[in-house]
Amino acid sequence: MTDKFISIEAIAKRYPAKGGGETAVFENLWLSMNRGEFGCIIGHSGCGKTTVLNILAGLDEPSEGTVIVDGQAIEGTSLDRAVIFQGHALFPWRTVMGNVAFAVKSKWPKWSAERIKAHAQKFIQLVGLGGSEHKRPAELSGGMKQRVGIARALSITPKIMLMDEPFSALDALTRGTLQDEVRRICLETDQTTFMITHDVDEAIYLADKIFLMTNGPGAVLAEILENPLPRDRARIDLHRHPLYYPLRNHIVDFLVSRSKTFTTDVPDYDPRKVPVVKLALPEPVIATSAKSVPSAATASTQASA
Amino acid sequence: MTSSLRARAALMSVLILAVFLGTWHLATRGSGSVANLNPEYAKLLGATATQGKSAMPGPADVGAKLWEHIKSPFYDNGPNDKGLGIQLGYSIARVLLGYLLAVAVAIPLGFLIGMSPLMSKALDPFIQILKPISPLAWMPLALYTIKDSSISAIFVIFICAIWPMLLNTAFGVAAVRKEWINVARTLEVGTVRRAFTVILPAAAPTILTGMRISIGIAWLVIVAAEMLVGGTGIGYFVWNEWNNLSITNVIIAIFVIGLVGMILDQLLAQATRLVTFPE
Ligand SMILES: Nc1ncnc2c1ncn2[C@@H]1O[C@H](COP(=O)(O)OP(=O)(O)O)[C@@H](O)[C@H]1O
Ligand SMILES: [Mg+2]
Repeated sequence: MTDKFISIEAIAKRYPAKGGGETAVFENLWLSMNRGEFGCIIGHSGCGKTTVLNILAGLDEPSEGTVIVDGQAIEGTSLDRAVIFQGHALFPWRTVMGNVAFAVKSKWPKWSAERIKAHAQKFIQLVGLGGSEHKRPAELSGGMKQRVGIARALSITPKIMLMDEPFSALDALTRGTLQDEVRRICLETDQTTFMITHDVDEAIYLADKIFLMTNGPGAVLAEILENPLPRDRARIDLHRHPLYYPLRNHIVDFLVSRSKTFTTDVPDYDPRKVPVVKLALPEPVIATSAKSVPSAATASTQASA
Repeated sequence: MTSSLRARAALMSVLILAVFLGTWHLATRGSGSVANLNPEYAKLLGATATQGKSAMPGPADVGAKLWEHIKSPFYDNGPNDKGLGIQLGYSIARVLLGYLLAVAVAIPLGFLIGMSPLMSKALDPFIQILKPISPLAWMPLALYTIKDSSISAIFVIFICAIWPMLLNTAFGVAAVRKEWINVARTLEVGTVRRAFTVILPAAAPTILTGMRISIGIAWLVIVAAEMLVGGTGIGYFVWNEWNNLSITNVIIAIFVIGLVGMILDQLLAQATRLVTFPE
């Protein structure tokens, strides 16, 4: 395909190392996504996920390479790319309405106060915070704060939403509800979303594509997992899908063992041709082998750029 | 629980005050007539020698005198005899003028230093060397160049009030949470709007803490400055009453200086509370 909506092309990020020289967080990284897709990047802490996201947001600059969004190389931050921060990053001196309205006014500076308020209200309603408009962040629970963060990001109707472990600080119950919320909103608005997570189930539930990243320094994108679960999936009976456990095991296996050894195991790795893996149900075969379900993975090596 | 603690603390405060006043009273009480003297001679010697009365006024003397001042705070009987209210007014006006000038310089300059690492490094040596100078050391230079004692006092207030505000503003601005700056960046907020709607409110508590330290120092310095330049003000009043050997008035002035200082401090503490938002 040539009409990649997001195309990360050969980016590298290097930091000066202690005692001279440089260490590369990653080199020559390629990654692409289509319009309306939900991509999740999974990898161990410190492998460079946040760095990739910040480069995509324009908050950070790659040492090399470019990022192309909607046919244009990005230059710095943009109102087209909204970021939902891990620590919600709300302004404590502003109310819920004030925080969302701040974003709306940034996007449409010429709008009247009433119009800004009405627009912000719509998104506060969307994340289920109607009635809390006049509360300040200190009066909200962790989940509600993150909802405001989501409302703020959505209110500017961005082309892409970028989320850096948005729910990692929340309790399991709240996290579940917010995942439902995000999935509903992304499906309804056909939002292109790029998210970092370290929660395997979160990735399985939300993502269309799961990017597996090896450990740093010198991290690479090992695989692109296509989510085989149906598009209309419910969080509660996710685990009943026959491919749920194979998928989950595949990711956990990667995180536990392959993420460490990948670079030595695959010496002829080509960063431009990251294997796209799609799990499928095993064909009903008569002769049973000792191999179990994960071996049904069909790795089709396609050019990902 | 807290209300009872507060009530007990208040009771304790009253008790401490009573003990203090009682001790003071006993320590300065007259011990009766010491000797039978020729009345003419006794008059020359004064009450201290004749009645065993301490030269130190007691709480009752001070109270009575204070009441007199409160009854007519604004009388004006020439340069050496003005009401306490007038003298305080002069001092407060000087402090406020010097202080507001310092605010007008320190806060924009602090923003500049906080936002620009270049300016921060460039101005650092100047600040480091100017900051530890006692404000009174500037006085002769100020008198020489400005040639007006009252304006010189205002200048001295300005120079002593500027540093805490400048440093706190620079620090507060530089320490604004990266995440908030990133929110502004991703929303493509311009520099001016960012300064006023993100950095200023985020740094406001730190800036106001600096302003609170500054007003405290300014109020400390004005007394000393007015003792030097003379003419008017509560500092001059203290010095003048010392020359008049009116220890009672000196004590009253000390008390009033403390009271005004406390009020100024509390005003800024209140303002700090208004701009501080928990997260
Ligand atoms: N300013 C910096 N200087 C040096 N190294 C850095 C800097 N910022 C990040 N790194 C390194 O880059 C790597 C990737 O960081 P990050 O993208 O935050 O990882 P992740 O989000 O996957 O946990 C880390 O190993 C970190 O030590
Ligand atoms: Mg991270």
